[in-house]
Amino acid sequence: MDFVNQLQRKFIDYSSSLHREGIVDDQFTQLRKLEDENSPHFVMEVASLFFEDCEKLINNMAIALEQKQGVDFKQIDECIHQLKGSSSSIGAMRVKNACIAFRSFSDAQNREGCLRCLQQLSHEYSLLKNKLQTLFLLEQQIVAAGGSIPRVH
Amino acid sequence: MSGNGASSSSLNMISGEDVVNNNLSALVVDDSPLLRLLHDIHLKKYGLKVQVAENGKVAVDLFHLGASFDLVLMDKEMPVMNGVEATKELRAMGVTSMIVGVTSKNGPGEQQAFMEAGLDYCFEKPLTPEIISFLLEELNKHNNKN
Repeated sequence: MDFVNQLQRKFIDYSSSLHREGIVDDQFTQLRKLEDENSPHFVMEVASLFFEDCEKLINNMAIALEQKQGVDFKQIDECIHQLKGSSSSIGAMRVKNACIAFRSFSDAQNREGCLRCLQQLSHEYSLLKNKLQTLFLLEQQIVAAGGSIPRVH
Repeated sequence: MSGNGASSSSLNMISGEDVVNNNLSALVVDDSPLLRLLHDIHLKKYGLKVQVAENGKVAVDLFHLGASFDLVLMDKEMPVMNGVEATKELRAMGVTSMIVGVTSKNGPGEQQAFMEAGLDYCFEKPLTPEIISFLLEELNKHNNKN
């Protein structure tokens, strides 16, 4: 029991740190509230879809920015737009903010600025993915130890 | 946010748990699998029967086949047929469902064009529990009148 309590404490502290560091915002908390016995892995499923989306869009933007014959900024804009929408929807605050910054350089058709933003976006995405995977692992450990996932508000 | 009669004060009036609708159906139209899943689960949580469509044409085809829904959540930017075209077509068919636009682009011109296609409301992503509660309250009011 003490081991479960320790894990639960660790989970609460880790969840709180994600909010404190701005990795996720209240939208993520709202998503967690949607999880129940009918959809117990909902947040993990949504996160997986988001990771797929993110990787595809970041890859597409990297390719677009490397085109020697000229950068298709319309395509870049479309990718940023999609990523901003999905990151807002899951509460990935820092990824969303990176998209907002990226958009201003894309609107200005500034290739160098876009390359820097893409690097920042990739960094924020990697950070989010690592943090969320750690969170999901903690959840699995709690459940495996016979405990329940604490609600973090 | 734009809508007919929607105001910020009315968004605060209900908590999600108060609005459980066992008789209402919804169609989620979005090309993003992530957004389809999100809205699907969200609406099911409130007791709605939910179907999803990956673009406007699939949505219009469903109505052509005789399907009907109380609520349609319509994304704006989609391949094959976008939200503006789909909304126009549904209204031209005589569809009276509540159609709610959902958009990432927040320029006033963007929302205006979408509203003029025949939406009842238009919101920016993401849809929050407060917005969904508001929409369901409006749907219940609308259904009680008929």
